[in-house]
Amino acid sequence: MDPKTLRYTKTHEWAYLEGDLCTVGLTKFAVDQLTDIIYIDLPDVDDPVTAGESFGEIESVKAVSDLYSPVSGDISAVNEKLQTDPTLISSDPYGKGWLIKVKVEKGTTLDHLMTLDQYEKQIASEEH
Amino acid sequence: MALRTPLYDWHVRHGGRMIAFGGWDMPVQYTSIIEEHQAVRTAAGLFDISHMGRLTFAGVDALALLQQVYSNNAATMKDGQVRYGLICNERGGIRDDVLVYRWSHGWTMVVNASNRVKIVNWLTQHKAGRAVEITDQTMTTCMIAVQGPQALALCQGLIEADAGQLAYYHAMRTRYRGHTCVVSRTGYTGEDGIELIAPAEQAVELWTELVSRGAKPCGLGARDTLRLEAAMPLYGHELSEEIDPFQAGLGWAVKLDKGDFIGRDALVRRREDATLPRRVGLELAGHRAAREGSTVWRDGRIIGRVTSGTVTPTLHKAIAMAYLEPAFTAIGTLCTVDVRGKTAEARVVPLPFYQRPRKETACR
Repeated sequence: MDPKTLRYTKTHEWAYLEGDLCTVGLTKFAVDQLTDIIYIDLPDVDDPVTAGESFGEIESVKAVSDLYSPVSGDISAVNEKLQTDPTLISSDPYGKGWLIKVKVEKGTTLDHLMTLDQYEKQIASEEH
Repeated sequence: MALRTPLYDWHVRHGGRMIAFGGWDMPVQYTSIIEEHQAVRTAAGLFDISHMGRLTFAGVDALALLQQVYSNNAATMKDGQVRYGLICNERGGIRDDVLVYRWSHGWTMVVNASNRVKIVNWLTQHKAGRAVEITDQTMTTCMIAVQGPQALALCQGLIEADAGQLAYYHAMRTRYRGHTCVVSRTGYTGEDGIELIAPAEQAVELWTELVSRGAKPCGLGARDTLRLEAAMPLYGHELSEEIDPFQAGLGWAVKLDKGDFIGRDALVRRREDATLPRRVGLELAGHRAAREGSTVWRDGRIIGRVTSGTVTPTLHKAIAMAYLEPAFTAIGTLCTVDVRGKTAEARVVPLPFYQRPRKETACR
């Protein structure tokens, strides 16, 4: 996945919309901050998710963080490989480390999310 | 404004992720907690522990003051010996856990960063008219730990003395590049290794020399997972003003027969009190870590609380330390832990979770 074609949340999730299917993952910045990812808790297929609300949690050696959905809809797929190898999230956050696919309503856009440019400005202000 | 160790700039320049800890800005990690943890278990890791408080005691009444505030017996220590013990309040609760070093000319006490000011005030309060001079050397010195199976070999020729000659929990004064320093065979990781106290001005050269010899810089994150595997209590988690040493499993560091000391009367009663919760180790099913505050359940009610927990880098298991009602502390007892709203099966296991292979047993 090319980061330029993705849209971003303030909470460091990325979203990619193709038809009515939205793929969601965590940004490289987020996984670099988490570093030692040991566990990820994701919803089940058909579970509903709501934009801006928690859909799961990710745990590193040091702390637990919530994952927030960029869109509303129903889960159509969950990346099962992460249960046995959560390090995929760190090694390939925009590819094999995707988290969930959400089936969204027709007409849903990602216009409410940040572009790469906007997102990079946000993380520049978070780094100190 | 948070305090900074003499190595603060080095940490920041070398990717240390700085966090607030005990009033100090300290590196939590440089690369990855797991990598740093494994370096200590398999080779050698390097820790800036200059935030720990370093107090020295001089004067003819130094021993008398120590004996009054310290749960262990300082009077039976030999020169060059280091001994773990507690400083208790009148109720027998733990004010701090400390290391005491005996020298021919006086004493050193290493206290927790977060308790340094409290302990200095406590000592000053109880010093009364005694002939003791207490000096806080925390700002004028640095303290660096080298830990791991290769730690001693890596320090060969670093200082004038041969640290390999030191017995476990012993220390000596020696020299590093012309200046007096202290080396002790102590640590907080469950591995063999040493801790060095040197002048603050030498911190960077000593640290960089250790890095160039192959010790991997490690942050507080790895220090926490290492001490947790070794089941070493951490003040503010397993230890507090409300917890006594017997509850914490540190009764071996309380010498009720040494004479009176602060908290002794309360400790005599508390030792026999079978209602007080006790520290245990838990192993959890699954790979979600219980964290401080997670409740422990049995038969539909809360029987205790987790004080520290993680998924261990060495053992790849979710482990925790918890205080449980005494009826449920037997090894093998089954319980559940509420890990952020989801139940995890758990079992009481022996402590420590991890013990390094070694020939001789530790003498404290």
